[in-house]
Amino acid sequence: MIRYHRPTTLTEALSIRAGEDVAILAGATDIYPAAANRRAWGDPTHKDVLDITAIPGLRGVTESAHGWRLGCLVTWSDIARADLPRQFDGLRQAARQVGGQQVQNRGTLLGNLVTASPAGDGIPNLLALNAHVEVAGRDGTRMLPVADFLTGYRATALAPDEIAVALHIPKLPRAVSGFRKLGARHYLVISIAMVAAVIDIDENGRILMARLAIGACSATAQRLPGLEAELRGTSLYHADKVPEARHLDHLSPIDDIRASGAYRREAALRLLRDLLWDLGE
Amino acid sequence: MIAFTLNGAPASTDAAPFAPLSDTLRESLGLTGTKVGCEAGDCGACTVLIDGAQACACLVPTAQAEGAAITTIEADHPVLARLRAAFLAHAAAQCGICTPGMIMAAADLLLRDAVPDAQAVRDAIGGVLCRCTGYQKIVEAVLAAAQGFTPVEQEAPAGEAVGASLARLDGWPKVLGTERYGADATPADALWLRVVRSPHASARFTLGDIDAARARHGLHAILTAADVPGLNGFGIMPALKDQPVLADGFVRYRGEAVLALVGERSAVEAVRDADLPITWQPLPALIGVEAARAEGAPLLHDHAPGNILVQGRLARGNPDAVHATAAATAEGAFTTSFVEHAYIEPEAGHAIPREDGMDIIACTQAPYMDREEVARVLGIAEDAVRIIPSACGGGFGGKLDVSVQPLLAVAARRVNRPVRVTYSRTESMASSTKRHPAQMHATMSADADGNFLAYTLEGDFNTGAYASWGPTVANRVPVHAAGPYRVPHVRAQARAVHTNEPPSGAFRGFGVPQAAIATEALVDDLALQLGHDRWAIRRRNALGRGDVTHSGQVLQASAGLPDCLDALKPEWDAMLAKVEAHNADNPRHRLGAGIACMWYGCGNTSMSNPSRMRAVLARDGRLTLFNGAVDIGQGSTTVIAQIFADALGLPVHSIDFVLGDTALTHDAGKTSASRQTFVSGRAAMETGRALRARILALANAGEDARLSLTGTTLTVTDGVGAARTIDLAALPADLDAEGRYDPPTTALDADGQGIPYATYGFAAQIALVRVDTQLGTVKVEEIVAAQDVGRAINPDLVLGQIHGGIAQGLGLALMEEYIPGRTENLHDYLIPTAGDVPPIRVHLIEDPEPEGPYGAKGVGEPALVPTAPAILGAIRHATGVRIDRVPVLPHRLWEAMR
Ligand SMILES: Cc1cc2nc3c(=O)[nH]c(=O)nc-3n(C[C@@H](O)[C@@H](O)[C@H](O)COP(=O)(O)OP(=O)(O)OC[C@H]3O[C@@H](n4cnc5c(N)ncnc54)[C@H](O)[C@@H]3O)c2cc1C
Ligand code: FES
Ligand code: FES
Repeated sequence: MIRYHRPTTLTEALSIRAGEDVAILAGATDIYPAAANRRAWGDPTHKDVLDITAIPGLRGVTESAHGWRLGCLVTWSDIARADLPRQFDGLRQAARQVGGQQVQNRGTLLGNLVTASPAGDGIPNLLALNAHVEVAGRDGTRMLPVADFLTGYRATALAPDEIAVALHIPKLPRAVSGFRKLGARHYLVISIAMVAAVIDIDENGRILMARLAIGACSATAQRLPGLEAELRGTSLYHADKVPEARHLDHLSPIDDIRASGAYRREAALRLLRDLLWDLGE
Repeated sequence: MIAFTLNGAPASTDAAPFAPLSDTLRESLGLTGTKVGCEAGDCGACTVLIDGAQACACLVPTAQAEGAAITTIEADHPVLARLRAAFLAHAAAQCGICTPGMIMAAADLLLRDAVPDAQAVRDAIGGVLCRCTGYQKIVEAVLAAAQGFTPVEQEAPAGEAVGASLARLDGWPKVLGTERYGADATPADALWLRVVRSPHASARFTLGDIDAARARHGLHAILTAADVPGLNGFGIMPALKDQPVLADGFVRYRGEAVLALVGERSAVEAVRDADLPITWQPLPALIGVEAARAEGAPLLHDHAPGNILVQGRLARGNPDAVHATAAATAEGAFTTSFVEHAYIEPEAGHAIPREDGMDIIACTQAPYMDREEVARVLGIAEDAVRIIPSACGGGFGGKLDVSVQPLLAVAARRVNRPVRVTYSRTESMASSTKRHPAQMHATMSADADGNFLAYTLEGDFNTGAYASWGPTVANRVPVHAAGPYRVPHVRAQARAVHTNEPPSGAFRGFGVPQAAIATEALVDDLALQLGHDRWAIRRRNALGRGDVTHSGQVLQASAGLPDCLDALKPEWDAMLAKVEAHNADNPRHRLGAGIACMWYGCGNTSMSNPSRMRAVLARDGRLTLFNGAVDIGQGSTTVIAQIFADALGLPVHSIDFVLGDTALTHDAGKTSASRQTFVSGRAAMETGRALRARILALANAGEDARLSLTGTTLTVTDGVGAARTIDLAALPADLDAEGRYDPPTTALDADGQGIPYATYGFAAQIALVRVDTQLGTVKVEEIVAAQDVGRAINPDLVLGQIHGGIAQGLGLALMEEYIPGRTENLHDYLIPTAGDVPPIRVHLIEDPEPEGPYGAKGVGEPALVPTAPAILGAIRHATGVRIDRVPVLPHRLWEAMR
């Protein structure tokens, strides 16, 4: 029998987490499909479950002087509806394109990050937002940049006794942001490639700082440091002319059922230019 | 205990906290209106409202229902009432398996936004898949429900049923959530069955101590090949029962059944395959027809030398010589993929052992064939087996073959208790039949005026591990391959080739859609070479009345392709103009227009395929039609009733039904080959006429008399207004009558010449696409269809078939590709969503078929055939690239454009 814990305090949750090997469950939109896949080929077993959704206070979107804090139970729909500034436009667009509304209503952004799928639509946005993950353990909390939190294909730096409790996003009041996703159908589609951008500009549209990330083109989503450096100081209105194939050299897109690697690389570049063109409009 | 509010009332359950809410609703709380199509969030059939927001109940742990308000399709709510009526009135429910989820998703929207636009509706239902309707009528229904209550028309005056768009007569249960599909209404004492399947495409295996395993896992039985009491084999072909119920030491495809575990649910579901005593010895697998046809390839079956199961052929004239001298010749090689039916209802059912036989209640398209198969497997007489079809949540050909039925029968016999089974989505996809992947090489030539002269096709159709409907495909393709055109010289050969892949069987069109992809591309080539308009070259060559087909059949009547094309002409011209204007200054996002035609023989190829119906007007005044045709969503129950009602002369709503139960109805054949309206409809017409004749004889009235029925009083009013009454209660016996129809065909000779079908459906479609030439993405913007249906018995239901066929054709063209082991779920195997199917306009052409009931002929399959080639033609128009492989995934188009 699968044991099912549904504690009502974080302390209790952490002590369960520390005491046994449990699967943390939030919106469950990754947990159940994975279980169904295993069951289909004869493995009905499942880890014991630690459901964190009865713990109060984990679903808030709050603003402080430095930034925003998104609790770990914040869903895609919460993001789509929250009153967030322009720097979140990309994340908001992603939130409206994940799965269908059923999945958006229950799936969490943090769960998307922890699953660490190369095709997770939240991840490039979190990289572009320079988000940090607040991770709670028995000995207190630690903060990790998303890039460090992700350690590889479906792998994270989360220790077996930890729970990720929130995402922190520094404020960029003037920044513009956007997201482009490419898939083979309209709704309910996993990305072939996607790009996210958060770009801070001055009052003349000159780029002060650009953060761009590409998903589904490597084991984990990647920032584009070379391109970001070249964009600094240029005008947003001409930014779409800047990206070149060489800026994507560090990506390693693969061939799979959804697309070929060569296509992904090219499509990512195209999406990037399109996104920058849109932001410059 | 988990406590919550369910449809407004307090509820609680002791279900496991990790059990998906969908399961708890269905199995613990008895609310089976919530459907399960995938258990993975991919289909949306399980959509419910949680605190007013739509959610997939299969992704929600029951624990999270604690304290929440759950609303399901069973709820009593004014918004749901409006949606139900609108869905019914707008023919938005076909098979109905997606309907509860659709209605709940739409309710979520209407509760938030009372006046949504179509885009908001599509966004709201974007997470619910429908395989039947093409979504257009669903969107219309939701918009109508937002406006208020839609009246549901299910009645027509006597003699006026044919031609009326009545709401489907079996529709209320579908919109109420009370319809009983294969997984619903199972007996409480049933044991559960789970099939253990081969993870290997080709392997030998040995079994260890099965009885010890059974005891260890606390099961009632573990069934092996040795437990099959009769013949351990099934298959569509009368003399070829090549697929084992349970494999006997050797498997030929991934997904093949090896063992069946039977026991209490908890025990069955706890077993890991790895803990069962199976020792596998994987063997090299033949993947693809090239591998199977290679020199020295191992043979899958002794009866198929060279792994060729059968070869179909048609030959007429001397095409090679004509190709060599023709003014224009086009050729090409074309490849299609495995396509999954993706009915939203996975196979499910239960068996109840009887002292003297076996009852099987399951979703099916072919109850009588199921009965034969089950009887053979059990080794008992056919009449000891009773097949009671459950409602069928989509079939499209995939539920013609047996699936759960023999397994259930063997299990129920063994444990002597009711046994139930529901396939998982992956199991359904891995084990069931597919559309044949085709590799075709075709050549077509024309004279300088654009008259088609000759056509040749060589096609290998990958029929997978077992025969299934492979022979049917191999025979149907040569007849249709050269398209609905006058072509004097034709040679077409289609081989069904065995591989270690899933059995390919029947799928809407039986190979004709694949062949049309090749042929229509060549027609476009010829037009291009000769500088003809693509519409004009088709119109010039279109088969019409009086023409001779490639099998030498003279089309005496009902050949409306020229009319279809004429109906499309203004829209075709407008589409071309639109493309030209747009492309002039849009180098990246280019429009393209495409056109394709099709024909499709209704009924089985050169085979007797009769239907028999019976009707009783009882002494208690009840009028009952015993109709053995299974309605899998296409609407046969309604259409057949409309035909019967008018033939008899009583209103359609006075009819009671007994449907497709092998113990109670006659054989109305299979729901396949677009034959139910045509063949069973004609049988229903004969039945109505026969019953009418008996009544008229009793009343001594003439043909033109009018009938009316009130209680047990039947009133017969003749042409001059004189009325006679018959008191049914006073008659010595019930009045009954039968009708039968078997479409006239002849056998085909060695060259495929003869009369393979009594009648053909014809259609043409045009498609407008938008291609992002940088990304290789294709958006279909518009489709206009014109289809000769003989007579539209129920125009709304006909439109539903056309919309649904087009959606499937779009999927075939752009996204659907089943790859064993890789696209075995609805996450990775993509079918069109509400955002992918464009607006569709339809011209119904009615060139009556004298053989058909009131002129009708089949519509089910034809709509799918021209869609993919029209889309591909449009992509070519936009990009200049001829597509030779489907699906045209973005990367494939991008590579082709490089
Ligand atoms: C039909 C469907 C379509 C989808 N489409 C898309 C799509 O288009 N794009 C996309 O990116 N994703 C898509 N997804 C996946 C997306 O829904 C998930 O990634 C979701 O965001 C995960 O959140 P969750 O709360 O449901 O996570 P859960 O399933 O509850 O958990 C996911 C993982 O994260 C862990 N976890 C969750 N919360 C925490 C925490 N606070 N601390 C530590 N570990 C945690 C869990 O242990 C588990 O390993 C789709 C899913 C479905 C079912
Ligand atoms: S059954 Fe829940 S989404 Fe398919
Ligand atoms: S009516 Fe939608 S799946 Fe059949």
